[in-house]
Amino acid sequence: MTKEKVPVLSAEGIPQRDNPYAIMVRRLFHHRSAQLGMFLLGILILCAVFAEQIAPFDPIKQLNNVKRRDTPCIHLLGCPAEKEQHLMGIDGNSRDQFSRIIYGARLSLQIGVLTVGFAIIIGGLLGAIAGSGFIGGWVDDVIMRSLDVLMAFPSLLLAIAIVAVLGPGLINALLAIAIVEIPIFARVVRASVVSVKEMDYVMASKALGASELNVLFNRILPNSLSPLIVQGSLGIAAVILSAAALSFLGLGAEFPTPEWGLMLGEERNSIFNAPHLVFFPGIAIMITVLSFNLIGDGLRDVLDPRLVHGG
Amino acid sequence: MIQFLVRRLVLVLPVLLGILLVTFTITRLVPGDPCYVMLGEHATQASCTAFKARFGLDKSIPEQFVRYVFNIMHGDFGNSLKDRRPITLIISERLPMTIELAFLAMLFASIFGILLGVISALKRNTAADTLTMIGANVGVSMPVFWLGLLLAYFFALVLKGTPFALPPSGRLSATMSLVPLTKVWGITDATGLKAFLLAMLSNSAIMNGLLTGNLELVGDALKHLILPALAVGTISLAVIARTTRSALLDILGQDYIRTARAKGLPYSSLVRKHALRNALIPIVTIIGIQTGALLSGAVLTETIFSLPGVGSRMVEAILGRDYPVVQGFSVVIALIFVFTNLIVDASYAYLDPRVRVK
Repeated sequence: MTKEKVPVLSAEGIPQRDNPYAIMVRRLFHHRSAQLGMFLLGILILCAVFAEQIAPFDPIKQLNNVKRRDTPCIHLLGCPAEKEQHLMGIDGNSRDQFSRIIYGARLSLQIGVLTVGFAIIIGGLLGAIAGSGFIGGWVDDVIMRSLDVLMAFPSLLLAIAIVAVLGPGLINALLAIAIVEIPIFARVVRASVVSVKEMDYVMASKALGASELNVLFNRILPNSLSPLIVQGSLGIAAVILSAAALSFLGLGAEFPTPEWGLMLGEERNSIFNAPHLVFFPGIAIMITVLSFNLIGDGLRDVLDPRLVHGG
Repeated sequence: MIQFLVRRLVLVLPVLLGILLVTFTITRLVPGDPCYVMLGEHATQASCTAFKARFGLDKSIPEQFVRYVFNIMHGDFGNSLKDRRPITLIISERLPMTIELAFLAMLFASIFGILLGVISALKRNTAADTLTMIGANVGVSMPVFWLGLLLAYFFALVLKGTPFALPPSGRLSATMSLVPLTKVWGITDATGLKAFLLAMLSNSAIMNGLLTGNLELVGDALKHLILPALAVGTISLAVIARTTRSALLDILGQDYIRTARAKGLPYSSLVRKHALRNALIPIVTIIGIQTGALLSGAVLTETIFSLPGVGSRMVEAILGRDYPVVQGFSVVIALIFVFTNLIVDASYAYLDPRVRVK
């Protein structure tokens, strides 16, 4: 009887499983609305990064030889060649609106990412502390009930009230919006921490003697990230809208910052004689918010296989 | 049912207390001595002491909070710093307009949102469905104030001279005015809550017109509210349409729907009685959540359409550092929000008997 060859286990034979995040990204690239969202966001990021190269004029400097609130002049569309080209016209302070819109992309993306980042860190920590319960159940109650009270205010109005205390200004407005967003992220993180902490691998880590903090940061939090990623993307959309709204009301960015909401607010009374000054900043806000909403929807479909949406 | 409502009402109390604590803290956080803010930079030490004694500011913070809660429970929100008028009076002037706007916007958003959502779900993956969902995504992403300006441009300028033209600003035409109901009905002895409610009704153009039989007034007020309500309602409409679609699709895939179809129930009554009714819970939830968005949207829209509502007054108060007004308005808005959610919870119990038992 010949001895059968015993199969030797080797890493080569086992089909290599991809990193789950690589799978996620691949699926996201095949998701229809996420594709559109990423395309739009790509354009915006290009505008933000290369603002200096794309914008033909300084976004803040007032131009001399132009008419205030002049309509757009595009050479390709038959604007006389001797006239200087201004793709989106001139604003009420003799500035080139196209350049201001381009620089506004940079500001809006920064506003969205930084504010949501801040809210995620604070909200995530609060949610993790509340959900993991390693300090005590009463901490959970105190944190979550306090956040419930914050959520009892309509979001924009709470932000307005906080700005009232801090005083108008872009930084204060962003802080106010971040405070408003914190309860949302805290809830999301708490919900997933509560479900993840009952998993066997968490028990195993604890049994092996890992400290509470170690378990929280290395086992529980990384496995609670999916809903946070989805909420983060939708949160950026919401933050950009709120920041634009506060600036529109005169409580956020101040003259001469190229912020889209402020641009709309400055020119809202020109809607009947220079509609282009209202139209373009609004379109810019809408496209930015739309791109994050589409990506957020795509992420939700990709990360949560239980939800099967129509597409 | 009543037991459920009572239990739910008791749960609201800590939230209410929390709201008061937040608004109380907000005014305490304001930098600077309130005495100098109120009396001006040149107030003397003596007048400051008198001022603090008068408003109870010499008491400890917990004592002040108790006093604050006590005053609010007695309907005393303090006075505006700007014109020294009682805040309850300002609320009775401003709130009716905002409630009218939010209510009309909600009506518009719910009716068309549910309708579009149902069509989208029933005609899944057709052009109508795709268009509705693209529209919903765009609608959610639009800034309210921008949409408001575009609507004003379109309906007041482009359609000028046509029967579809609508006024871009103001609350009533110049020829219209609101007569206080106390005058109409000859009531002279109204005080406290009764006076407040009468003032609220008088200042609501729609209610005023309906109660006095002045239908021209109602029509004029509605005409001025259509554009703002469209602007405020669109985002909520999009959200409601999306929720309706996914809730209905979820239900239509259930076994009992298949059973109902198998036993030969006509499709239309199946959708109405079996599917839509069960899909209503998430829809009602989202409508309740949207109240906050509607109130926030109303704030932005009022400034565009020069409507004398809560929002425009609140922004004015913030820029003028009129903190008691900010505080009073915040409390009132939060109360409306909390009680809307209470109504939503009550409607769950009505729609889903399981909630009552839990």
